[in-house]
Amino acid sequence: MSSENASFPHPHLLGIEGLKEAEITQILDLADQYVDQNRRTNKKKDLLEGLTQINLFFENSTRTRMSFELAGKRLGADVINMSTSTSSIKKGETLIDTASTLNAMRPDLLVVRHGSSGAVKLLSRKVDCAVINAGDGKHEHPTQALLDALTIRRRKGRLARLSVAICGDVLHSRVARSNIHLLNIMGARVRLIGPPTLIPSGAERLGAEIFYDMEEGLKDCDIVMMLRLQTERMHGGYFPTVSEYFSLYGLDYEKLAAAKEDALIMHPGPMNRGVEIDAAVADDLTRSAIQEQVEMGVAVRMACLDLLTRDKRRES
Amino acid sequence: MSRYTLYKNARLLDPASGMDIKGELLTKNTKIADVDKKIDAPSDAEIIDLKGLCLCPGLIDMRVFVGIPGADYKDTIENTGEAAAAGGVTTVCVQPNTDPIIDDIAHIEYLATRAKNAKANFIPMPAVTKQMEGKEMTEIGLMSKAGISAFTDCSTTIDNAALMNRIFKYASVFNAIIIQHLAERNLSKNGCMNAGDLATRLGLPGIPTSAETIVLERDIRLLRSANCQYHASQVTCADSLDVLRKAKNDGLNITAGVAVPHLSLNEHAIEDYRTFMKLSPPLRSEEDRVSVVEALKDGTIDVIVSGHDPEDPESKRVPFEQAEAGVIGLETLLNVSLEMYHNGSMDLLTILSKMTSNPAKIMDLKSGVLKKGAPADLCIFDLNVPYRIDPEKMVSVTKNTCFDGKPVQGRVMRTVVSGESVYEYDS
Repeated sequence: MSSENASFPHPHLLGIEGLKEAEITQILDLADQYVDQNRRTNKKKDLLEGLTQINLFFENSTRTRMSFELAGKRLGADVINMSTSTSSIKKGETLIDTASTLNAMRPDLLVVRHGSSGAVKLLSRKVDCAVINAGDGKHEHPTQALLDALTIRRRKGRLARLSVAICGDVLHSRVARSNIHLLNIMGARVRLIGPPTLIPSGAERLGAEIFYDMEEGLKDCDIVMMLRLQTERMHGGYFPTVSEYFSLYGLDYEKLAAAKEDALIMHPGPMNRGVEIDAAVADDLTRSAIQEQVEMGVAVRMACLDLLTRDKRRES
Repeated sequence: MSRYTLYKNARLLDPASGMDIKGELLTKNTKIADVDKKIDAPSDAEIIDLKGLCLCPGLIDMRVFVGIPGADYKDTIENTGEAAAAGGVTTVCVQPNTDPIIDDIAHIEYLATRAKNAKANFIPMPAVTKQMEGKEMTEIGLMSKAGISAFTDCSTTIDNAALMNRIFKYASVFNAIIIQHLAERNLSKNGCMNAGDLATRLGLPGIPTSAETIVLERDIRLLRSANCQYHASQVTCADSLDVLRKAKNDGLNITAGVAVPHLSLNEHAIEDYRTFMKLSPPLRSEEDRVSVVEALKDGTIDVIVSGHDPEDPESKRVPFEQAEAGVIGLETLLNVSLEMYHNGSMDLLTILSKMTSNPAKIMDLKSGVLKKGAPADLCIFDLNVPYRIDPEKMVSVTKNTCFDGKPVQGRVMRTVVSGESVYEYDS
């Protein structure tokens, strides 16, 4: 079967863990096509015409929610956004009741973000449509890892055998977990860099080499992925001060010099300038792929929406 | 008129004396009248032919939560009694975290009144500190004199070392047993499973084993200067066992328990965010599980408990982090524990001692033995019958078992409390 109409073997996209190399490649190949479509003046297709996509965000989000909204609209779906501030969740409705209510409205796609690990999986068991995890607690954020992979693949031509350093607040990061899984599946080498208080216990058993010294960790790596310091999730001191953190783990040109000369700088956003990344480095168009990541995000999400509705569309 | 019952053709198992023989047991009213190979029973005795089934002392469960008072939607004392009877448990030690909290004589008496007609003996275990707040001690002296032997803040750790020091010294005067939940507050805060690579993968906040061991080490340090009887409610990891072994070797008056799930399951049972596997303390690594079984065998751990804790489905049908910890266990105390006999980890009398003679000795109870004059609390079971655990067939109102579908061998066939059959298995 050609990639044009090949089915995707999973009903939902809940995480990267459990996906096969070929399945990830299938998503990335399709996303490549959507990058081209998105660069045209007329960006719209009617592929998902008549389908309803609900973006259900229990946690605040602007960029991810917009990216999914745009992806759905460019494929012709009817997209509805629902966030906690405007919904009955604030009135004490349980997650499962919310799921049943939405399910009764017969959506075809649910894009869900939730603050608790495993919550999206729980919800997926209670609905009849495809569910995409847009981030659950500290667990996974699969479309972020996919868009990172697409960005890397387009810049470097491959993922296999690249050295990728993931730096900073790994402990609180679902982006890091999804990326560790994806990069391992695709044959890249993963390093984690951060203070011991922000590296989760047993992380080496997920398939990563751990470094507490940033320059040592960045040595000869191809990709430098910075993570946002998630101070909103921190209870109690994980490091003494922001200035000490920046001095030891903030990405500036001096530390970046340890990496390969053409090493690519990435960040899932939103950035804390002067905290985990120096403003000049972030804005360096020759080195930084941060804006490109945002563009790839829309394309990857279009690919996911397309793939997860293929069987359904074929049936109708 | 006296009422006699003769149980014949029994495999008599009495851990206290090491007895394992084919024989007969005679009860007279509420007491055991005789235990022997052959008994000349009075002619009016009811005769029950056990056809080779095992007969041991009724089980004593040192850690049971009840919903009454305060949360009768979870269960009632009647239902807890029925679940106990179905599990061969004849004595349940009631944890104090009811609403209101059991922390004085009035509440003890209330529970005793409510439990009068239940199908098991209910022993209240009042709180050590008022309202289980860890600030002031309860009337340990008055309650001891009223017949209470053990005190616990059940699922809350007394983390104020100065207060704990005073409690140990004060309680020692009354020979009161202080039972501690081992979870250092700050290390356990926000945690919902064992810390380690699995918690990292699932993105769930972990509770390190050190949270348990630190409290145990601290309490043992304090106990060295206060001769108080101490019981570690549940130990779950190898590090705690090392500490415990040393304290026991040094002659401290210390005992320890473990809950059935920690003997049978490891943290991987949580995979897929199964909230029915959420426990406090959490399920640990396989290495820790194995070391706990070993410690049970060598006597470092004295007691097996069910930790029976009914939770209504609403508190489990939520994301893992928000779910309540706790599982029901009265009906899976014996059959799941027998796994250790069937897989060759432990001999039968050793396993049974952890649920009969050992808790009886710690709690200073007359039950837990098969001997003349002891209460006629008996558990009769088929050692070998295989089947799968089916929550729908359980008597417990709530079905939050962590052993749904587990294949087991061994079934309680009859339970006797004070000479009365309170449960008979009906296929």
